[in-house]
Amino acid sequence: MSAATTGPSGWKRALLLVPFAIFFFLPLYAMADFSTRTPTGQGRTLQGWRNLVADDTLYSAILISLGLAVLTVALMLLLLVPTMIWVRLRAPWATRIIEFLCLLPLTIPALVIVVGMRDVYLWVTWIFGDSALTLAFVYTVLVLPYAYRAIDGSLSSIDVKTLSEAARSLGAGWGTTIMRVVVPNIWSGILSAAFISIAVVLGEYTIASLAGYQNLQVVIVAIGKADGMTAVAASLATLLFGFVLLLVLSVVTGRRPDSPTAPEPATEGSTP
Amino acid sequence: MTATRGSVRNALPLVPFFVFLVIFLIIPTLTVINGSVSTNGTYNLDKIRALGDSAALGALGKSVLLSAVTAVIGAVLGAVLSWLIVSSAPTSVFRRVVTSICSVLAQFGGVALAFAFIATIGYSGVLTNWFRTSSGIDLYGTGWLYSVTGLMLVYTYFQIPLMVIVFLPALEGLRVQWREAAVSLGATSRQYWTQVAGPLLAPAFLGATLLLFANSFAAYATAAALVSQGNPILPLMIRTAMTSEVVLGQAGFAYALAFEMIIVVAIIMVGYGLLVRRTSRWLR
Repeated sequence: MSAATTGPSGWKRALLLVPFAIFFFLPLYAMADFSTRTPTGQGRTLQGWRNLVADDTLYSAILISLGLAVLTVALMLLLLVPTMIWVRLRAPWATRIIEFLCLLPLTIPALVIVVGMRDVYLWVTWIFGDSALTLAFVYTVLVLPYAYRAIDGSLSSIDVKTLSEAARSLGAGWGTTIMRVVVPNIWSGILSAAFISIAVVLGEYTIASLAGYQNLQVVIVAIGKADGMTAVAASLATLLFGFVLLLVLSVVTGRRPDSPTAPEPATEGSTP
Repeated sequence: MTATRGSVRNALPLVPFFVFLVIFLIIPTLTVINGSVSTNGTYNLDKIRALGDSAALGALGKSVLLSAVTAVIGAVLGAVLSWLIVSSAPTSVFRRVVTSICSVLAQFGGVALAFAFIATIGYSGVLTNWFRTSSGIDLYGTGWLYSVTGLMLVYTYFQIPLMVIVFLPALEGLRVQWREAAVSLGATSRQYWTQVAGPLLAPAFLGATLLLFANSFAAYATAAALVSQGNPILPLMIRTAMTSEVVLGQAGFAYALAFEMIIVVAIIMVGYGLLVRRTSRWLR
């Protein structure tokens, strides 16, 4: 297929790739260098990295963000998987509206959601208490587009209808059909949805900072004002964790993870 | 009768999903729209009119400039990188590695990206130090990294990989037969690109550029971490309006600014949707 666009070959291509490689890898190298500097400029220190667990504020923020990642993944799967399976089986009329709603957060940036969510969160904190973990609700909305695409991809690759009719005719209830017949067949989609969600949640800053909660990224920024080394170490650590997650994913599933077609909210995670 | 009962029962399992999205996505959005045209329950256009102030217009203008510049640079360089990628065999390790890296880097926004560039070309960044000691050039200058110019450079870092992810499928979708047909009819390589591949790819390229624009326009975290005070661009103005609206005496101005953001992004995304539909006519 690619022969349709004969590009440069051999050393010419390598030469053209060099500037890209420098642009993309220099900042990563710089983070590694910066985070291990000593104040005197002599030798190397891992103090910045040790602070990830030694600094109480940072460590508890890491735990909060990991907790948020777990809660968000759980909520997202609970909400999305049964709904999407049900739409394919019994409510195909809802396909378009579900897709539209799932992709809507790409058009409504996280920044807009946080401006408008104060009233809703007054109720949320009244019911669940004023914990940073309540952010899992709004984070579930943020990860929907990516999760939807991942799960939709693997649902499309199997014949849900035949599978579930076979299960139902053998006497399985809906719960059993979904959990023990359909879910094992869309495992790769569920895994990608979970991994992408974790990466988004661990990198989220916009909503947490403007809603006044202390998650990992908010604390990193606060630390960065006084202690650049630790902040850079923590940034690089989240980044490497995200790299590993997504690279493992693309190896496991043997394809590119679904493209984020949007504001990071990005992703910016969300958000750039 | 039974049909109605059946469809009601079929719709019932979808209720939790709809309720959740209404609470956590639709209501916040409506709150923003409502809040931008009302104050304490009475409707007026004060806040919408305030969007015409020079400060607000200036922020909007700089945001548009930042997004346009990074979208165009990202689109052009991303297209070049995509072209380098498709010139390798589809199954090669090179292609898989580069596309994987791109999908990771496109997600790499936020705070970490700001710190990556501070570590590189900040006051005591690695590259800054290297230039200072090796040639005496002051890369840091007057702190341009922390201005809109700096944001342009930093945003390009996630715009290029995003372009690769969005544009690569279109480039991969060009069929060998089309080139062979063109060549067998006597077309030169240049004619093939300008008269066959170019027009085919143009909607995909423009669509991807619009997506990059929206991506950059709504980005907040990187800018917020880099620029700690002042509000040169719209997202940062929203921050100021949210955190200090009592001081400014402009209760709810953040709503109007957020509404403005919704409008701009929605217009861009509609354009993107139309261009994608055009591309999908021949892709696959």
